[in-house]
Amino acid sequence: MTKRVGLEGSFAVSEAVRMADVDVLSAYPITPQTHIVERLSEMVADGDLDAEFICVESEHSAMSACVGASAAGARVFTCTAGQGLELMHEVLYIPSSMRLPVVAVVANRALSSPLSVWGDHSDAMAVRDIGWVQIFAENVQQAYDLTLCAYRIAEDKDVLFPAMVHLDGFHLSHVIEPVILPDQRQVDDFIPEFEYPFALNPDKPVSMGCYGPPYIYTEAKKSQNVAFESSRKIVSKAWGEFEGIFERSYLPVESYRTEDADVILLVMGSFAETAMLAIDRMRKEGKKVGLARLRLWRPFPFDEIRKAVKGAKLLVVLDRCISFGYGGPVCSELRSAFYREKNRPDIVSFIGGLGGRDITIDQYEYMIKRGKEISENGSEEEFEMIGVRQ
Amino acid sequence: MLSWKDLELGSIVTEPGNASAYKTGDWRSNKPIRDQSKCIKCGLCYIYCPDAAVELSKAGNYETNYFYCKGCGICANECPRGALTMIVEEE
Repeated sequence: MTKRVGLEGSFAVSEAVRMADVDVLSAYPITPQTHIVERLSEMVADGDLDAEFICVESEHSAMSACVGASAAGARVFTCTAGQGLELMHEVLYIPSSMRLPVVAVVANRALSSPLSVWGDHSDAMAVRDIGWVQIFAENVQQAYDLTLCAYRIAEDKDVLFPAMVHLDGFHLSHVIEPVILPDQRQVDDFIPEFEYPFALNPDKPVSMGCYGPPYIYTEAKKSQNVAFESSRKIVSKAWGEFEGIFERSYLPVESYRTEDADVILLVMGSFAETAMLAIDRMRKEGKKVGLARLRLWRPFPFDEIRKAVKGAKLLVVLDRCISFGYGGPVCSELRSAFYREKNRPDIVSFIGGLGGRDITIDQYEYMIKRGKEISENGSEEEFEMIGVRQ
Repeated sequence: MLSWKDLELGSIVTEPGNASAYKTGDWRSNKPIRDQSKCIKCGLCYIYCPDAAVELSKAGNYETNYFYCKGCGICANECPRGALTMIVEEE
């Protein structure tokens, strides 16, 4: 039976993993992800989840264990954050190129140094080129829902790529919110038992991750990219199915009060909910402003973002990450996505919310106003940093 | 040659043991030449060859399989009788 409960973001993810009935778990604790793996290990110890819990000495091993288990046909899960995702980095390429539907949840955390356990999107942006489906949650309900969706997407026979769900460290991982937990049967309908087409089997041997000399490597990458690109439509299809069963809908790009908007603010993850309050306030004053959120980060939703900001004169982008010597990675990708468009909006870049720094409603309002000024008068800076003490 | 469309999911290889079809012999720039009259059949070349490219023929002679031999020269270095000489391989 569906029930409404108060759950911490981390526990909501653990609950989704339990209800997805995973076979193998392997993770290493790291703040702010620790509660997810802690709760899952309790579930296994208490017999609430019939899974193999592989204790490992590092995130590198955690992902390696997931790769092996997934190749054997298991439904697997791991979770990490910040430096942990960086330590995992090398192995992340393996399930993507070997097309293994590993699911990982990342409680987004800033990268050292200075050492910060608090949230931003530096870790997520550092893994954007690997071929993992990357989805950003905005609240605790979404952290639950999108974890389930990650299995539905990754295991689709027309996808078979790993999927990563991002929830902001502390802002989501440690916050308690009401969550609607579905009936187990609904979850089973949504993500039925999975059979990997080439599961390792001594009676039907295959070799995965073979040596690829120059004569075949380019072909291997081409086929990987074509398959990854075509998984974009399956993400939308899966979210359509999700809505049919659970009555909550998700889109690659979600818009808020963008009809007739001249200026659209773009934010990812949990900060979007605060940004909505700024939009509401400015709308009350009669200003034509709206908000867009990239729910899907990879594969990048080109068509959807172009459609979402159609008609707007200005797109103001907030990055919670900095690419040193360049600027905001989300903004640079958006500028690139609009480069060939005839009626493209001007795009102005802000960077903020680094290492757990909050962004207030006033600051979102400031970004929109300042963005207009920059758009009209230009600026010597490629981006402006929000809330930095001068 | 395979097109990208011919590749299996994740470039998985479904035919086991196909590495034996891969010719490593064309990596070679130096080639071991064996003087069977000096060979005492001690088998050190067979043991030391890192590519298992030394084979024992039915007649009981050690012979190099040039399909796999990469020309590393370990066999020539280890041979106690100097029965193996490395020569530059010119096409």
